[in-house]
Amino acid sequence: MKPAPFAYHDPSTVDELMGLLAERENARLLAGGQSLMPMLNMRYAMPDHLIDLNGIGDLAGVAETGEAVEIGAMTRQRDLPGSRPAAGRFPILAEALAHVGHFQTRNRGTVGGSLCHLDPSAELPCVAAATDAVLVVRGQDGEREVAMADWPTAYMTPNLAADEALVRIRLPRSAALDGQAFAEFARRHGDFAIVGVAAMLSLDGDTIRRASLAVAGVGPQPVRLAEIEAALAGEQANEATFKAASGEARGIEAMSDAYVSGKYRRRLTGVLVERALAKAAERAREAA
Amino acid sequence: MENPRHTHRIALTVNGAPVEAEVEDRLHLGDFLRRELSLTGTHLGCEHGVCGACTVMVDGQAVRSCLMLAVQARGRAVTTVEGLAADDGTLSPLQEAFREHHALQCGFCTPGMLTSLTAFLRDNPAPTDREVREAISGNICRCTGYQPIVAAALAAAGAKAAEEEN
Repeated sequence: MKPAPFAYHDPSTVDELMGLLAERENARLLAGGQSLMPMLNMRYAMPDHLIDLNGIGDLAGVAETGEAVEIGAMTRQRDLPGSRPAAGRFPILAEALAHVGHFQTRNRGTVGGSLCHLDPSAELPCVAAATDAVLVVRGQDGEREVAMADWPTAYMTPNLAADEALVRIRLPRSAALDGQAFAEFARRHGDFAIVGVAAMLSLDGDTIRRASLAVAGVGPQPVRLAEIEAALAGEQANEATFKAASGEARGIEAMSDAYVSGKYRRRLTGVLVERALAKAAERAREAA
Repeated sequence: MENPRHTHRIALTVNGAPVEAEVEDRLHLGDFLRRELSLTGTHLGCEHGVCGACTVMVDGQAVRSCLMLAVQARGRAVTTVEGLAADDGTLSPLQEAFREHHALQCGFCTPGMLTSLTAFLRDNPAPTDREVREAISGNICRCTGYQPIVAAALAAAGAKAAEEEN
């Protein structure tokens, strides 16, 4: 038995959850547990109260409104690829999820859990950045919305107060471009990515109308390549254009760690940007 | 102060049999199976979700038993490696194929391989070699005997397909 002692709570409604969060000090929320449970087992995390979200049915499931796809925070990673509204509009979700851990961890792991854990190399926050996701947070006085760009406040730290909880993720339908692709490099299948790239393109014939590019693994949070996106608009969707974008992407600031140098991460970013753009263009043409 | 010892009473089924127990909140499912129920077929390797040795099925889904609390298994149906063979000891087709293909050496990873592949082959009864490799990418065999494991999984799938055709 590795975790330090804690009191387990299993609310069945969001209101009950809010009550617990208001009363209990040093509480942690347990979503799928695929990151928090290791942290508890290793005693990196030692909460006094563990509040299990798995019994709150309202937090799971995908809904489509006129403007957006709304993904409940407790939606399991395994359930997204088969979700028509989510993977239909955003097939990049399914492609990115194939890289998230293994099928056994995706059976428990959740979308909201990944977005709150904010591992720098995580795929779902990268896709959320590329798709202009809005995170809906429930607090003691109701809901507030946070743009993905403002969601990470520091290394592995979401914009979330101790008495708040992420309840759903909204992906605006306007952010779903015609061709979408996710490319990453990891040493072994299912390992944490060294670098991952989310790319989306909409084309007018062979001309790029709009582009979206986000990179995981280079810094503490996913990075949108806004300048490259702007430069791509109006260009021909061809190899020369993607090579130029790749060259620009190599200029990204990238961290070094004990295993991988920043230089290698920059190089990898260039390679993956080119691959993901080419794939996205191919898919945009197929969709046309 | 409520519940100062931080325990919960749970009822669940394990390999088809009903089980009731008082468990400490912080006890994970893998330790519960091994220590409280003496089902030591489930092996604990890394206990942070990386090695896959502790994989069991909860309501039919393969999950890491080290990354789930025993209290979270309340009301669920848990299947461990001990529950794969028939009651009379007849091995499942996958277990039989493991024996046939020498798909285990030291045996440490075997329970996780068997539970993972049992769930995988149920959902994907005619997998490709690549799909089998991806399915066990989260199960580490430190004897590195992956080839016979893949061969056994493919053979079990083939045997099942042949059985269904007849």
